[in-house]
Amino acid sequence: MIGRRKRQIIKTISLYLVNTLLGLLFLIPLLWMIASSFKPEQNIFRDMSSISAFIPTDFTLDNYRQAFERVPLLKYIANSIIYISITLMMSLTFNSLCAYALAKFKFRGKQFVLSLIIALMVFPFESIVVPLFIIITKMNLLDTRWALILPFTARCFSIFLFRQFFLDVPDELLEAAAIDGSNRLHSFFAVVLPISGPVFATVFILDFVMHWSDFIWPLIVLIEDSKRTVQIGIQAFFTDPPIYYGPIMAALTIVVIPMIVLFLIFQKYYVQGISTTGLKG
Amino acid sequence: MKNAISLKRNCFDIVPYLFIAPALLVLASFIILPVIMAVRYSFYNFNMLRPDRISLIGVENYKNIITDDLFLTAIGNTFRYAFILVPIEVVVAFGLALLVNNSIRGISIYRIAYFSPMLTSMTVVSILWTFIYNPTPGQGLLNSFLANIGLAPCPFLRSADTALNSIVAMSVWQSAGNYMMIFLAGLQGVSTELYEAADIDGAGWWRKMRSITIPSLHNVFVFIVLMTTIAAMKMFTQSFVMTQGGPDNSTMTIVYYVYQQGLQFRNIGYASAASVIFFFIVLLLSTAIKKFVDSER
Repeated sequence: MIGRRKRQIIKTISLYLVNTLLGLLFLIPLLWMIASSFKPEQNIFRDMSSISAFIPTDFTLDNYRQAFERVPLLKYIANSIIYISITLMMSLTFNSLCAYALAKFKFRGKQFVLSLIIALMVFPFESIVVPLFIIITKMNLLDTRWALILPFTARCFSIFLFRQFFLDVPDELLEAAAIDGSNRLHSFFAVVLPISGPVFATVFILDFVMHWSDFIWPLIVLIEDSKRTVQIGIQAFFTDPPIYYGPIMAALTIVVIPMIVLFLIFQKYYVQGISTTGLKG
Repeated sequence: MKNAISLKRNCFDIVPYLFIAPALLVLASFIILPVIMAVRYSFYNFNMLRPDRISLIGVENYKNIITDDLFLTAIGNTFRYAFILVPIEVVVAFGLALLVNNSIRGISIYRIAYFSPMLTSMTVVSILWTFIYNPTPGQGLLNSFLANIGLAPCPFLRSADTALNSIVAMSVWQSAGNYMMIFLAGLQGVSTELYEAADIDGAGWWRKMRSITIPSLHNVFVFIVLMTTIAAMKMFTQSFVMTQGGPDNSTMTIVYYVYQQGLQFRNIGYASAASVIFFFIVLLLSTAIKKFVDSER
């Protein structure tokens, strides 16, 4: 019995040790980024080969001041937040309505629509960027916000996640609403929506993180500097000489912060979202 | 009530179609239509810079592409990237999931630590690691560290021999945490009774791993191999930000090639043919993985 308890303690201690070492290894690049963003340029290079690389020696906010002076970071962040918000408002509505019909209604062609959506789920977006660019050009939407929004107002994976959730909504609940004489669109909003918070939160956070990181599509359809999204903005800043580490590290840190805040708020749903992916897939 | 439902069934019910219409309209115009256009353009000589000279040329684009050394290099690089990345990523993600699959105090802090690179976008990570990999003496974090422990400096992104592998290492670091979370959900779904029974039989750690854990996670493994392979085939951002496809085209990928031909040179017909080939490669690869897995069972 004592031997067993001893083994358990050794196991726990070694778990802490290995996890702490590996965890630090995973955090090192980010710690370096954050520490460097708070120190003068020459300190970044001076400290590089010692532990002070991860400590903001001679703490300063000057890198942040320079970053904001050289690029309109807040504008880029606002651009991203605006286009993602409009995209999500539309896509959450379209996808949930579609998923609800696929989960709860009987109609001809339903099986076909379902298999189509599952087939399109693994479709690589990268293989249609060229014709999509032509479509956007022909619609006269090049270099507009709508170019970033319209193609993403429906997403097969989100429809799939919504449908999984709606399948579990008890039919009795919907029938009760039907007796009350409310039509189906109304019962969707009045009965289903109020109990669907978790799935909306999951799709919201997954899509938000995905769009925040969007790179290839905004790179293709945006031309004007003032319309840039965060990712395109910092990439342009990174290639625009003179290249100093400090201000770029500050800009990177600022771009990362909104994601960390969102993740901490929606952590539970985010993890739920990516876990269901694997189990259902 | 019953009457109302059967009545509805007899006449054509349009409501479900109204529910699915907006989403289907978007999917049709921004996925299905582009697919048809890509196939069509791939048989045309169509350059946006010379819109007056559009002509049907049959399989000419395909012929030119499969003899284009740069495209073959891009295919080779992309496959090499996937073949190195996928096994490493799956093993690392699974290992991390095993490490955090317990209830010691504060374990969620470790989970978040492994997962945190995922929250920084690929663009941010690529910029950050360009600095980390900087081979100029005294300017790169990793070479400074190597010097500290007495190892020779490495050129990383500046040499055709090491650039692609450097991108692999960074990409594993960035996304292993994501797949770790999926593995973790799978591990937590394995019934504890199986382990208890194995404990009574006196089975060791390795035995339990081989006979219980890995077989129970079969579907999760298949899913993750598929996801990581498809993600690897689509690699673009890292090459674009870190190396612009160089040095010596050693990080030129298929998607980068499509981007360059279609959106920089505006060679729409040619890039469409490359896109179609790319789509079939991804399709074949994912069916091959599924087939292989099914035959294993």
